[in-house]
Amino acid sequence: MNWAESGPTRREVLRAIGMMAGTAVLYQAMEVLGHAKETQFAGPPNLQGARPGTKVVVLGAGLAGMLAAYELAKAGYEVQILEYNNRPGGRNWSLYGGDTYTELGGATQKVGFAPGNYLNPGPWRIPYHHRALLHYCKKFGVALEPFIQMNQQALVHSSEAFGGKPMRYRELHADWDGNVAELLSKAIDNRGLDSVMTKEDGDRLRMALREWGALDQDFKYTKNYRASRRRGFERAQGGGVLGEPIPSDPHAFKDILDSGIWRTVAQHMNIDHQHSMFQPVGGMGMIGRGFAKQVEGKIRYNQKVTSISQQGGKVTVTHKDTGTGVTSTTEADYCVCTIPLSVLSQIDVDCSPGLDAAIHAIPYSNSVKVGLEFKRRFWEEEEAIYGGISFTDREINMISYPSGKLHSDGPAVILGAYTFGPASYKFAGMTPEERIARALEQGSVFHPGRYKEEYIGGATVAWSRVPFTLGCCAMWNEETRKEHYQTLVAVDNRLVLAGEHASYVGCWMEGAILSSLDAVTRLHSRALEA
Amino acid sequence: MRFVLLAAAFIAVPALAQKPAKPAPAPHPGAEVYQNICQACHMANALGGEGAGKIPALARNGALEAAGYPIMVVTGGKNAMPWFRGLLTDQQIADVINYVRSNFGNKYKDKVTPAMIAEMGLPAPKGGFREQ
Repeated sequence: MNWAESGPTRREVLRAIGMMAGTAVLYQAMEVLGHAKETQFAGPPNLQGARPGTKVVVLGAGLAGMLAAYELAKAGYEVQILEYNNRPGGRNWSLYGGDTYTELGGATQKVGFAPGNYLNPGPWRIPYHHRALLHYCKKFGVALEPFIQMNQQALVHSSEAFGGKPMRYRELHADWDGNVAELLSKAIDNRGLDSVMTKEDGDRLRMALREWGALDQDFKYTKNYRASRRRGFERAQGGGVLGEPIPSDPHAFKDILDSGIWRTVAQHMNIDHQHSMFQPVGGMGMIGRGFAKQVEGKIRYNQKVTSISQQGGKVTVTHKDTGTGVTSTTEADYCVCTIPLSVLSQIDVDCSPGLDAAIHAIPYSNSVKVGLEFKRRFWEEEEAIYGGISFTDREINMISYPSGKLHSDGPAVILGAYTFGPASYKFAGMTPEERIARALEQGSVFHPGRYKEEYIGGATVAWSRVPFTLGCCAMWNEETRKEHYQTLVAVDNRLVLAGEHASYVGCWMEGAILSSLDAVTRLHSRALEA
Repeated sequence: MRFVLLAAAFIAVPALAQKPAKPAPAPHPGAEVYQNICQACHMANALGGEGAGKIPALARNGALEAAGYPIMVVTGGKNAMPWFRGLLTDQQIADVINYVRSNFGNKYKDKVTPAMIAEMGLPAPKGGFREQ
């Protein structure tokens, strides 16, 4: 999950909606607004000494809501959670075989995945520096395993390069580095860097470039053993008579430039995508389940909140049971509201004009995921691709191979599309069947003869049509941060908001966790002062 | 949607009659924008949807009567709906507003022009388009 620095260009939009040649959008992911740092977590809050009988109503049983309930209950508050869905977790969610999902507009999918297989519609990977989330996963017994983000055996496809044939990430990356090293070394030879460094440093840089770029003794990136140790051999090393490896030919630099490989390489340099990354064993939804065990008996499901009042020295929440249609009210001394702003902006909230304005000021992004189940792991068996991601400039953006149960037999699920920006609107506008068919078609460029042939079934979630969020994540910008952020996170009389939208780690579970801890800490202080 | 059906019928008739075909009318330029952007939320039938919150129906929508309202919403966004200024051209915004205002049971006769978008539309905010 990344922030882009600016909106998509018109050209990108036109491409995405199929009005120009080439239909794909590839966004350059860039960090803005102070995201490129490790998150803040100094340990759990350890709240204590709530006044006996003080009640808190928590709205939403996502990670922020359940953690708020857990920490407040531990401090001695009487806590009740109201949740719209019939399950805990919110956007922390996995779809398994046997699950049924109905999106807005009424399309219903019955997921047919084999036991143990899943699609993570929302979050799917955890950076090593999301210390707060990792802390609670350990504390709540949620087993984690490595998530393989980068795999140099995976493929990179560009419709602009190599006649549309996908290439190994490894080859493109090696050839990119090698060519850049050779060019820079030439520039040093030609005295092109004399104005910025001494001759001595130039010589040192030249030697460094030779090593970094796998150049030969003449500072050329060429077909030889040294370069092939990076990009792979034409004939791999073996034993016996034919054991000698045959080096491979580097690609022409023009093709490497056309491939856009640097975007993929740069993406993995982003702190959010650096190794190590984690995922829960058995699907991301295991985190929601793990949290739910800690607040067992405190969640009332199928409750649609319709209003929040702060009149009469208390909080009164009106909510309707989506099953029975019965409307009821829940009273409390305080309220932690984790309802996404996309929904909260449609609820009658009794709060300060400033908070009201903030709630209505933040739009939500969109994203679409498609999970595709195949009969077997042909990508592992035939191509030695174990986890990781193949990238494309088509709308699906990427396909991600499962990181769990590596080297096993039986059906497995690939994340077959993860669309951003304009492509996500285009995908979301399709029926689930159309999305799956499009993902299968576009992804087959990586594994022709296998992808469509060994496909069993799919599942898809378009976040703009998700009934409990109506979107993916809060979309802040510099102006709204300045105008509304502090008001949004402030305790408003007896109400405090929490969730990824009330953080600077937007769209990550870590943001929800950190926001929740901060909110309950301040709410607790407020309650003790009262 | 209605337009698509009409176009299909028009193409079929000359083939049967073996008469020189008149060129099929060009699709409404706003239809493609609607399908590729708007129906992600407002649905192909423009009826929207309702869950924990509501996606408003654009079909038979009285709020579309004053063209200034959809211009404000499409360019600047509203609540969960993001802004589309900068993402779409003023021409595309005008096209899609005209398309919605003359389809899905809406019968507003006046047309929105790119000049009106330029004049009445909100500018795209700076610094931050959310992606996953």
